[in-house]
Amino acid sequence: MTMNRHKVKKFLGWIGLYASVLALVSPAAFVFLWMLSLSLKNEVDNMAFPPVFIPAPPTLANFVKVFADNDFLRYTINSCIVSFGATGLALLVGVPAGYGIAKAKATRAAMLILIARVTPGLSYLIPLFLLFQWLGMIGSLTPLVITHLVLTVPIVVWVMIGFFEGLPGEIEEAALVDGATIWQAFRYVALPLARPGITVATILAFIFSWNNFIFGIVLAGRETRTLPVAVYNVLTFEQVSWGPLAAAALVVTGPVLILTLLMQKEIVAGLTAGGVKGG
Amino acid sequence: MTTALTATAGSGATRSNAGRKRNYARRYWAFAAPGTLVVLAVIVFPWLFTGYMSLHEWAPGEGTSWMGVANYVRLFSDPDFAWAILRTLYFSVLAVVAPLVLGIAAAVCFNKKFPLRGVARTIFILPMMATPVAVALVWSMMFHPQLGVLNYILTSIGLPPSAWTYSADTVIPTLVLVETWQWTPLVMLIVLGGLASLPIEPYEAAKIDGASGWQTFRHISLPLLWPFIVVAMVIRTIDALKSFDVIYVITVGGPGSASTTINIMLYQQAFSYYHLGYASAIVVVFFVLILAISYLLLAVRQKAQ
Repeated sequence: MTMNRHKVKKFLGWIGLYASVLALVSPAAFVFLWMLSLSLKNEVDNMAFPPVFIPAPPTLANFVKVFADNDFLRYTINSCIVSFGATGLALLVGVPAGYGIAKAKATRAAMLILIARVTPGLSYLIPLFLLFQWLGMIGSLTPLVITHLVLTVPIVVWVMIGFFEGLPGEIEEAALVDGATIWQAFRYVALPLARPGITVATILAFIFSWNNFIFGIVLAGRETRTLPVAVYNVLTFEQVSWGPLAAAALVVTGPVLILTLLMQKEIVAGLTAGGVKGG
Repeated sequence: MTTALTATAGSGATRSNAGRKRNYARRYWAFAAPGTLVVLAVIVFPWLFTGYMSLHEWAPGEGTSWMGVANYVRLFSDPDFAWAILRTLYFSVLAVVAPLVLGIAAAVCFNKKFPLRGVARTIFILPMMATPVAVALVWSMMFHPQLGVLNYILTSIGLPPSAWTYSADTVIPTLVLVETWQWTPLVMLIVLGGLASLPIEPYEAAKIDGASGWQTFRHISLPLLWPFIVVAMVIRTIDALKSFDVIYVITVGGPGSASTTINIMLYQQAFSYYHLGYASAIVVVFFVLILAISYLLLAVRQKAQ
């Protein structure tokens, strides 16, 4: 009798857990599936009420239209240049900086990075906008790459400080005793060990740069729009047609979603370590 | 004599050892030099220049002219700014509490073992990583009062349709809904990290004492998790105060100015009207506000520990 009641209780517990998980996961899944559905339907079905949920038959016309009407190929290339550029430069200066700060135990430098994390992204824009205008650089991709360093450098430094602090120092010390310079100890001992940390830093920096909207909307000209800005312009300058809009949104966020699915473990590790987020 | 000698030798060794360590510390700074230069150029320079600009006015072609504290005086007598602060606080309180409560609940669920847990967790964190502009656009299509899928769902389960972002009364809760959808995963991840670090002994004791699941959670998990919850709360507060992309894309601060938060007002002053001096004063006040609130929350955290 008691055994039975115990079983029933356990069974109800499982139902409760599954219902909760379903309730938690379905809003996330629904928005992305709805984006996919909108992007694969023709305009009649998108404007239908009650809404059509499953595209029948699915059409790729919205994607074709986005690339034909809006020069999305150029914006995709722009986004790649800006995000790869800003991530690459951030790794170049940020990985050694993280190493130096971790080794010198410079907590004050780490605090500075933390305050940078607290500052709203918009705050950087007024001075940088004036500076780039004064230098006559508005309208090229260089100001965007430089401004995106505001996002990528703190993330890389922050993740790398945590990672280098976690590495055992003995192997480097042994190398130093054997007559290696500190540069060699960094280059040939610490750096290869830090590869997983560099992977985490790279993915996060890239995603935050790719997703950034605010810097692009101020600093990008017609030819230098990044994808998030280009998608926003599809909304403002065209008659609202949902199919192409959803298709454009999917083009922008698709690479990030795929990267998240593939690199879930690294992303979770990086985010929980520092609670970092761009913008 | 020998003891004295070894003592001197010992102290000499320690001194030279300490000297070498300090020397290394200084040499390690060379690694940070390029990074420091970049941070000075793109982060510290803008901070200082914003302070300078907040005391000036700028006009295209004319450059800057000295204003003294006039921008600040104007700012503190500007009812639009007072409203923007109130809206920001209203938005932020909701956008902290909702993800915090849901995130803790989600962490408790994802801490249990069940089939397909990895897949479920991956789907759950997608909103946090997705491009904010892209998801904001999809939400804005779902909020459409006549053709939107959300009102269809509401009416088909017997609830009245909502005006969502199209009414001044519902716009901020609606934007909070999007923010909650987006950022509950971050709270979940932080609290989940906390749950993984909990000791098992108190739970075994509670089981022996016959405590219910809720009692165990309320009296054992929650106090132990408190430091993690405070971290999540601080991060969430900072991000909610700074929130821009979703609000800008979905409402541009409307209808009217019903969702014009400080950040939206700042953007409009700076890059719609090009009142760069006035906007810089907003940045300074906003920055102080964010730092003050974060400091307050961190003080709470100190007290909790």
